Amino acid sequence: MSAKLLDIRDLVVEFRTEAGLLRAVKGVDLSIAAGETLALVGESGSGKSVTSLSTMRLIPEGVGRIAGGEILFRGRDGTVRDLVHLPGREMAGIRGSEIAMVFQEPMTSLNPAHRIGAQIAEAARLHEGLGRKAARARAVEMLKLVDIPEPERRAEAYPHQLSGGMRQRVMIAIALVCNPTLLIADEPTTALDSTVQLQILVLLRRLQDELGMAILFITHNLGVVAEIADRVAVMYGGRIVEDAPMAEILTAPRHPYTRGLLASVPRTDHAARAAGRRDRLQAIPGSMVDPLKPPPGCDFAPRCAWAQEACTAAVPVLEGVASGHHARCRRWREIV
Amino acid sequence: MSLSFLIRRLLGAIPLLFGISLVLFTIIHLAPGGPLDVYADNPSVSAEALDQIRARYGLDDPVPIQYVKWLSAMVVGDWGLSIRTGRPVLDEIVLRLGPTLLLGGISMALAFCLALPLGVISAARRGSRLDEAVTLGAFAGISLPVFWSALLLQLIFSIWLGWLPSAGMKSVGDGSLSDRLLHLIMPVTVLSLATIASWSRYIRSGMIDVLGQDYIRTAYAKGRRETAVIALHALRNAMIPAVTVIAIDFVTIISGAVITETVFAWPGIGRLFIESMNGRDYPMLMGLMMMGSVGVVLANIIADLAYAALDPRIRHG
Ligand SMILES: Nc1ncnc2c1ncn2[C@@H]1O[C@H](COP(=O)(O)OP(=O)(O)O)[C@@H](O)[C@H]1O
Ligand SMILES: [Mg+2]
Repeated sequence: MSAKLLDIRDLVVEFRTEAGLLRAVKGVDLSIAAGETLALVGESGSGKSVTSLSTMRLIPEGVGRIAGGEILFRGRDGTVRDLVHLPGREMAGIRGSEIAMVFQEPMTSLNPAHRIGAQIAEAARLHEGLGRKAARARAVEMLKLVDIPEPERRAEAYPHQLSGGMRQRVMIAIALVCNPTLLIADEPTTALDSTVQLQILVLLRRLQDELGMAILFITHNLGVVAEIADRVAVMYGGRIVEDAPMAEILTAPRHPYTRGLLASVPRTDHAARAAGRRDRLQAIPGSMVDPLKPPPGCDFAPRCAWAQEACTAAVPVLEGVASGHHARCRRWREIV
Repeated sequence: MSLSFLIRRLLGAIPLLFGISLVLFTIIHLAPGGPLDVYADNPSVSAEALDQIRARYGLDDPVPIQYVKWLSAMVVGDWGLSIRTGRPVLDEIVLRLGPTLLLGGISMALAFCLALPLGVISAARRGSRLDEAVTLGAFAGISLPVFWSALLLQLIFSIWLGWLPSAGMKSVGDGSLSDRLLHLIMPVTVLSLATIASWSRYIRSGMIDVLGQDYIRTAYAKGRRETAVIALHALRNAMIPAVTVIAIDFVTIISGAVITETVFAWPGIGRLFIESMNGRDYPMLMGLMMMGSVGVVLANIIADLAYAALDPRIRHG
């Protein structure tokens, strides 16, 4: 594997809320190599979006801030810079050009007042100084790339004239227009129907083969990424609780939370569908830790079948399980 | 959104205007007093003379008949004669329209040019000192009665300091550009202050709403910086809710800023209205109010067209 493209170290993100200081991300380490796909998985509220928005430096100012850590990013020119401390102008130069993002809400992420084509070409005009005509051609080309039929006509359409799946394709086209080295996809399929979800996944995978960008794929559903991710990082309560190569997560998860996530994956494979049923989800009992009142010790202990008294004494450390596999659980050795 | 839509809207307004005219006619005739009251205590006007005037203006007829007569004249473009001056209503109105358009137009243009940046900046810097100052100023501007601020300005700048003329459009025997501009300063200030205050609030709230939208985040994710995000992505969408308010306010002021014109003796529609009201000049009042009603109806149609221009979801159904 080549050198790291993105290397997040000990990231801490805080929000000021009416109820007090909320620590949404509590020391996250993540790294992605060029061309690699990393899945960041966890239930809603575990801090996935905050981690990805921090990487884009899009945490709403005044409300939240990156309180610690570094986000090292290797640019196209080969220099490694810490995005946390990059001046606003330089960060804006990276956004949309080297790091791009696709959001969860395709219905609301497009500007209702602008034509699709203009929205796709916007970043290219901004970063590459493309003229009006070249921008138009580029937009049509991108629409073709994301498999939208009649691209010339669609370029002239407005967002409300497109379906959710189409809009998410457009969002992908917007993100990829400058050929970024890192694509952050924050639950890009969660808001879509399951058939459309699959199409979008297939599309992303094909685009990665063609364009070679790295992908940080965020999801709360492990089943979604089994096909496309090289590695998985599991997040809970603002911390990474386990990370490992995809295959190992599926076959040998060591953290009780990861096991819970796996058990709650809806089966959509052929066997299940042929049987005309979807297996009952075994949801993890209990609910996501309240970030304003984290429990003592391990965040997951109150919901964990394996929890012992010692678990509530201190936050467990991320221990090496195998090469490239870590788990933040005192009892990982017993969990097989 | 097309020509046929426009025609349909205009045709649709006709019954509405009929209804309005009926209500207005009834109300002004229900109000106590009449146009000839001014002569009632005047011994030099004989009873016969009064009867003659009454007959000439059709004031003897029952109110419904008067209405039908007025209406049938109106639809063929005859606005009638002013009882107070004896001159055609339309001529009087046209004469007063110029000064009102001048005062109202300048005030509205100024109000828009100031309200827009104030609203945008206070939305973009929500909660900052600047926003708090703008908010305070806006509430002061909205709650200060116009007559009060007008009189205060007159007191300070005309009486105490003597810098500005207190009333009228121009000085007797002058009328140069600078003289006219000096006369405009105070009425324009008074008229635009309250408007700036209210429009900046509408623009601020529209802007705050839009700045929280997902597509604004998308624009930042493309590498746009704040100024470009506001100018290219937020402004147009933020203006949509303010459009109707601005259009209606515009018409209201163009059809006569009654208080401002009265305090500053501005020879416009607003003062004509007060003069006509005092004299119960029915044909003139009806003419003025119908003009105002047509203005409001047109403003609504223009607001709809502006919506469509700003928002493709409306344009394309
Ligand atoms: N703008 C914000 N203001 C306050 N709290 C926030 C904000 N954004 C996220 N949070 C909090 O941070 C935590 C993590 O949220 P998020 O990263 O969105 O979770 P998810 O893993 O579902 O993407 C949640 O508790 C959420 O309430
Ligand atoms: Mg999220």
